[in-house]
Amino acid sequence: MTKTADFISICRLEQLERERGATALVAGHAVAIFRTYDDQVFALGNYDPFSKSSVIARGIVGTRGDIPFVASPVYKQAFDLRTGACLDDAGVSVPAYEVRVEDGLVLVGPRKR
Amino acid sequence: MSTRKTLVVAGHGMVGHRFVQAAIERGLTERYDVIVYGEEPREAYDRVALTSYYEVGADALSFLPGGKYEDPRAVVTLNTEVTAIDREAKTVALSDGTTQAYDVLVLATGAAPFVPPVPGKDLKNVFVYRTIEDLQAIEEAAKTAKAGVVIGGGLLGLEAANALHKLEVETHVVELAPRLMAVQVDDAGGATLKRHIEKLGLTVHTGVMTEFIDADKDGVEDGKVSGLKFKDVDEVLPADIVIFSAGIRPRDQLARDCGLEVAERGGILVSPNMQTSDESIYAIGECAAPGGRMYGLVAPGYTMAEVAVDALLEGPGEFLGADMSTKLKLMGVDVASFGDAFATTEGALELVYSDAVAGVYKKLVISEDCTKLLGGILVGDASSYGILRPMVSSGIALPENPEDLILPASRGTAQIGMPDEAQVCSCMNVTKGEICKAIHDEELTDVPAIKQCTKAGTVCGSCTNILKNLLTEEMEKSGKAVDKSICEHFAYSRQELFDLIKIGQLKSFDAVVEAHGTGRGCDICKPAIASILASQFNGHVLDNKTTGALQDTNDAYLANLQINGTYSVVPRIPGGEITPEKLIVIGEVARDFNLYTKITGGQRIDMFGARMEQLPEIWKRLVDAGFESGHAYGKSLRTVKSCVGSEWCRYGVQESVAMAIELELRYRGLRSPHKLKGGVSGCARECAEARGKDFGVIATEKGWNLYVGGNGGAVPAHAQLLAGDLSKEDLLKYLDRFLMYYVRTADRLQRTSTWIDQLDGGLDRVKEIVLHDSLGLGEELENEMARHVDTYFDEWKATIEDPEKVARFVSFINAPGTPDPNISFTEDRGQIRPVTFDEPVSLGSSIPVGAPQ
Ligand code: SRM
Ligand SMILES: Cc1cc2nc3c(=O)[nH]c(=O)nc-3n(C[C@H](O)[C@H](O)[C@H](O)COP(=O)(O)OP(=O)(O)OC[C@H]3O[C@@H](n4cnc5c(N)ncnc54)[C@H](O)[C@@H]3O)c2cc1C
Ligand code: SF4
Ligand code: FES
Repeated sequence: MTKTADFISICRLEQLERERGATALVAGHAVAIFRTYDDQVFALGNYDPFSKSSVIARGIVGTRGDIPFVASPVYKQAFDLRTGACLDDAGVSVPAYEVRVEDGLVLVGPRKR
Repeated sequence: MSTRKTLVVAGHGMVGHRFVQAAIERGLTERYDVIVYGEEPREAYDRVALTSYYEVGADALSFLPGGKYEDPRAVVTLNTEVTAIDREAKTVALSDGTTQAYDVLVLATGAAPFVPPVPGKDLKNVFVYRTIEDLQAIEEAAKTAKAGVVIGGGLLGLEAANALHKLEVETHVVELAPRLMAVQVDDAGGATLKRHIEKLGLTVHTGVMTEFIDADKDGVEDGKVSGLKFKDVDEVLPADIVIFSAGIRPRDQLARDCGLEVAERGGILVSPNMQTSDESIYAIGECAAPGGRMYGLVAPGYTMAEVAVDALLEGPGEFLGADMSTKLKLMGVDVASFGDAFATTEGALELVYSDAVAGVYKKLVISEDCTKLLGGILVGDASSYGILRPMVSSGIALPENPEDLILPASRGTAQIGMPDEAQVCSCMNVTKGEICKAIHDEELTDVPAIKQCTKAGTVCGSCTNILKNLLTEEMEKSGKAVDKSICEHFAYSRQELFDLIKIGQLKSFDAVVEAHGTGRGCDICKPAIASILASQFNGHVLDNKTTGALQDTNDAYLANLQINGTYSVVPRIPGGEITPEKLIVIGEVARDFNLYTKITGGQRIDMFGARMEQLPEIWKRLVDAGFESGHAYGKSLRTVKSCVGSEWCRYGVQESVAMAIELELRYRGLRSPHKLKGGVSGCARECAEARGKDFGVIATEKGWNLYVGGNGGAVPAHAQLLAGDLSKEDLLKYLDRFLMYYVRTADRLQRTSTWIDQLDGGLDRVKEIVLHDSLGLGEELENEMARHVDTYFDEWKATIEDPEKVARFVSFINAPGTPDPNISFTEDRGQIRPVTFDEPVSLGSSIPVGAPQ
């Protein structure tokens, strides 16, 4: 695969700690990037609609059943890393973004549909 | 013309107080002015817990500290005896020489210890065991006494013997009957009890009659006790103290003198609604004899108080006898007796289990057709009392093999369906149905909540186990199994995980989840495991290989997350003592980084509004000036609050500031199930509010009193005395053990107060483990604390010195220098204040983003 204009390179994979988030600036927006235990990478909007603050990347990463999730560090609501859906409050979600890892580089793309 | 009437109560004891409380609660004071006279110099107190006076003091026992009811229409006058009743004039005469008129009179004069007419009973150092003043006098005499004798081996006698033993007097118990506790247990049970008590070093003499008490000076009237002479025994048993505890007699003299009817065996005769033979006079508590029988327990007295209030409100309440079952722990020995313990029912059968080696004796009395439990006796192990007693009162059918109920394999907590009417708490008369309803309707999830809501379990505590079982049962029924698993990833409680990690020497989350869990953890198990790993190995909490990714919100950045995504900074200020230079540093740092500054409730200074990426710089300034982390973010020691103490304060008796600093430095950084707070006051005025803390130390003339289990917060609790007048060495030793045992065994996010509450045996259990080392863990716990103290380091200093850790503190991984636009401030009262946004804020695409190499 080649880089396309829609995908922006963020950092090298090894800059990300496993099961922790980092915040990236993507097209002017704060995006939370997560690397899970099995080296998959996910990206969600960093803005937590419950606490109205930009903190999602600082939550604890884990699993609920088979779902990889991050818990907001403020009031602990869980968000599905794949879709951004809130697992505790149906109807609430944060944006989820496409992610690719190429040549050891992490690239964030457009919002998932 | 006033329509208000006057209600006089004679006696402010346990039952008199309960009467007044009920009168206020149920609105009787709308019609009556209530005037209470108490002969004792203090307001009503918990006589059932009298013996604990030696440990907790009089204030802790008081039911009405300050002596005033909330309702001003109920007034107590102490130090005043009612000396006579004039039924015709409807007045009472008082010991101060005045009289008081009444419309209604309630007699709640209690009972007095019975002192048999033994020669020598008026000698000095002969006591009874009924009031706080009695106990004070015994304590004083014990200071110089070598040996003491308690006459009477019943329930109260053994209680008195226990006290004497604890006062370090060589103690003898003398009982006329052939066994101890003759009213409650049979010969075999009495023998088992005797063996237990003798093992503790007391001497028991049963089946002996006291002939006279010997005096040190022959023939002199006011001589002092020197010994006890038994009938048919030549030698005199040397003794410096004698306590009579040979039964009680209702205090019915007032009633006799004014011609009220009394029962044959004493006690004021009352009808089922507590009225005496004069309809304006009621009698309740131990002085009363409903149906001709007096009751020497507090629970029937409480019921009488409620019934009398009900009667005065023209209610239908009646007193229909009471359950005289007893369960108690005497000198560490369980004793219980309930129902028809002596198999007096016709055709009754007995089922006995006895293990002389283990010191356990259990007997069940069952009906002739083997279908019903009638009563029983348990000595040495009364764990099944909670299930057995309700079986008697509700008359439910026995299981097929009734012996299972007392065989050791049975945990006595077997789930036997009890009917809803079964009385679970006899002290407060609460049924199973009422408890289950409360659990269900109020969505209660723990025993303390049940206690608070239903009052069950709040008097003698013997029904606590059954409350626990009902809770489990109810929650399981509604699908809310009281699962001990901390989360879906680990089927273990925190305590079990603590042990598994310790035994397996597991040092990372990966190792723990591989050995004992599933999945990749969550926001519940990860911080809990991080805390356990930190308690055991004391590594750096941000260490990437072990705990770095496990930390909760605040630990993750060694600072407290605020509402707008910024952090607060709290340097440690041990004991609240700080030099002017250091104060200036804090001021300068706050000014240079434009932080909001506030004095906390914990005697230190909090600086708010730091961006994550500023934290290392701020801390570098603080560390360079000699500050260290205050752990405001950790489940760990916060502060040890101090008062100024004897160095400055004119009342102080010890140097409380120095002690607070020493304790704060000793326990700083100790990761624990929940946060820990301490306090040290320099004298009993308690300016440091030490008793509101997890551990509180209060200076005495002789050393330090150590209190544990205090809590502010949502459910405040006063700390309770663990040990008094300690030397500094002992204080540290006990505190080390207490804290480490808490760290090991408490649930996640369980403060010390709730932890002690849910321990089987509560504070007594803590005392056994910490003071008497009953688990043999003392040294191990001390060593663990010593290791913690030795390996402590300042985690903020270690963080700023390690580039890998500092790398964590960036706003944007691809634009490290750019501040997060979602954070902005306005100003209030001259300082910054967060502004929140309803939408994510965009920086605009013009901001250059650093591309990775
Ligand atoms: C800053 C401070 C208030 C202040 O401005 O004075 C404060 C602030 C917070 N307290 Fe507190 N508490 C502060 C003193 C207290 C006190 C008073 C004391 O310590 O003497 C209490 C009652 C005493 C006690 O704990 O028993 C107190 C009882 C609580 C509780 C209730 C705990 C409980 O057992 O019910 C919580 C909630 C919790 O921990 O779960 C809490 C939680 C919090 C948190 C951590 C809430 C949160 O998660 O954001 C606040 C974070 C502050 C921060 O960002 O720094 N805070 N908090 C005080 C810091 C003291 C310090 O120097 O460390
Ligand atoms: C050491 C000990 C341990 C006990 N353990 C237990 C137990 O485990 N379980 C249990 O159920 N019960 C226990 N009891 C019994 C329990 O304390 C009593 O049942 C209870 O106190 C009875 O309450 P009361 O109000 O009737 O009497 P009291 O509490 O004795 O109150 C009567 C009050 O009236 C005052 N008074 C008397 N005459 C006058 C007067 N003329 N004018 C003014 N005031 C007067 C007295 O001074 C006293 O203060 C124990 C008792 C003792 C001493
Ligand atoms: S609720 Fe209490 S702890 Fe929380 S910020 Fe307010 S005062 Fe502080
Ligand atoms: S039985 Fe005594 S408190 Fe419940």
